[in-house]
This record gives sequence, structure tokens and C-alpha cells, in this order.
Amino acid sequence: MRIEYGPIPSRTENSQNQASEHLRFIRDVMERSASFTAVPGWGMVAVGITAALASWIASMQATSDGILIVWFIEAVVAVTIAVWTLRRKARKCGVSLTSGPGRKYILTLAPSMVAGLLFTVALWQAGNQDLLATLWLLFYGAGTITGGTSSVRIIPILGICFMVMGIISLFLPPAWMHLLLALSFGGLHIGFGLYIARRYGG
Amino acid sequence: MEGKFFFSSMRVLRKNLDPLIHARVRLGIVSALAAGETLSFRDLKVLLSTSDGNLSRHAQKLEKAGYIECIKSFQGRMPHTEYRLTSKGTEALLSYVEQMEHMLQVARSVTIDEDDFSN
Repeated sequence: MRIEYGPIPSRTENSQNQASEHLRFIRDVMERSASFTAVPGWGMVAVGITAALASWIASMQATSDGILIVWFIEAVVAVTIAVWTLRRKARKCGVSLTSGPGRKYILTLAPSMVAGLLFTVALWQAGNQDLLATLWLLFYGAGTITGGTSSVRIIPILGICFMVMGIISLFLPPAWMHLLLALSFGGLHIGFGLYIARRYGG
Repeated sequence: MEGKFFFSSMRVLRKNLDPLIHARVRLGIVSALAAGETLSFRDLKVLLSTSDGNLSRHAQKLEKAGYIECIKSFQGRMPHTEYRLTSKGTEALLSYVEQMEHMLQVARSVTIDEDDFSN
């Protein structure tokens, strides 16, 4: 049996490899560490406040079309706030959102959001709006849990809380929808956001 | 250039490297803290995949040198340890990165010279 060895690196190649390996290690640790801190706590608080306002406005709507329009506007506002504050904090931490943990976070969160949106349209067309709150809470919770695997430990816990609220909503009458959405999208975001802002610097 | 000049310059560069940061776990601690404001003992342990004893020993060395600051508190009844990079630690990391980049530049210039020679 003959063992094939690769070319023996010269001493210059060794020095080059060692130096690049050290620099790569520093970059990798910094990137992973930034994932602990790049989640914007104040952004989450802002999203929570707008969600609480949206649920109050939605509760005053006479038609179910009106309720859906209010929540659709809130979704656009929340995504805008989230993206802006995430970019701002990532820049402050010196990490890119298009690579490393930021990219992983967005890619793991996005499928649940898209699936939730498609199911919303399907349920709306079928005229089954009673299940919308449950659907949003469960899909958002699932997405937050998977997205949170590459982030601070508190994010998957937030996802679990959303899923628990989703399960509770299955046993409550549809009239409770507004209160439940205010408590979860409003209250949970504000509470967890304040904790993250205090614990992870903004 | 492959010869005495290259090896003597590499020897000088290596000799000037900060031994406190050059160790892998300590380099990891300093790099991790450079990216975040503060990190808990547990966060660092998960991030660097190391044991309690190993992390504690290396963190103590960095703390003694004034590279990191240790903040001890209680969360309920549980003791909670957090670390923060000091300005001395930041300077040490920046200088280490500069030295590594310089080593890389020297090694690259030699490789280019070698390629020219072989052609």
C-alpha cells in the first residue's frame, strides 16, 4: 500500500498559513460573538409599542377586512423598524448582515414568515379568519425559535413564549384575539426588548 | 529572499508577539469581548467551546494583566460573572492583528520572490 502525501509546505508557506489562520480565528470568534449582541433590543421595544397600538386600532374596526388591513400595515411598519435597527446595531458591532450569523438569522426566520403570509391569504380566501391570530403566533414563534439558534439564548425563549400564546389562543373565543395579540406582539416584544437592550447594549 | 533575512525578520516578529494574547483561548476571549460590550462566563464558555476550569484560568491571566475586567454580581441567589474588554486589552488586540498582518505581508512578498525565481 502506498500512502500519498501532499507537497511539503515551505517555511514561508507555514508562516503565511499560521498568520492567516490566526486572523481567520479572530474574525470567526468576533462574528459569532456579535451574534450575541446584534439583536436590537430598542428596536423590539418599538415594534412592541406599534403592535400594541395596532391591536387597539384593530379592535375598533367594524369589519374583518379592516382588521386585516390594520395588521398588514403594522407588519410593514414592524419589518421596517426591525431592519433599520438591526442594520444600525450590526454596523455599531462591526458585522455584516449579509454574511455570517446575520445572514443565518434572516435565512432561518424568513421561511416561517413567508409560510405564515401564504396561510393568511389562504385562510382569508376560505373565510376562516378566526384562526388567524393562532396562525400568526405559531408561525412567528416557530421562526423566532429557529432564527434564534444563531443568536442570544433569550431569542428562542421569546419564540417559545409566542408558541405558548398560540396554543392558548386555540382554547379561547375569537373575541379574545385583540387582547391576545396585544399581549404577545406588544407585551412580549416590549418585555424581551427591554431585557436585551439592558443586557446586550442597545 | 528565502534565507537569513526572511527568517531573522520572522524571528523578530514572532518574538514581539504578545504571549498573553497568542494563546488560543485567551485570543478567543479578547476577540469575543472586542465584538460585544460584555459577555457572561457562560456565553464565553459556549462561544469558545471550552471547559469551566480552562476558561477561568485563562480569564484570570488576562484580568491580572489588565486586559479584561471582571464584573461579579448576583442574579437572584446565583452568582453571575461578566467580562468586559479594557482599553489596554483593545490596544493589545489591535497591535496583535497588525503584527499578524505584517507577518502575512512579509511571507507573501517572499512567496512572490520565490515564484519569480522559479520562473
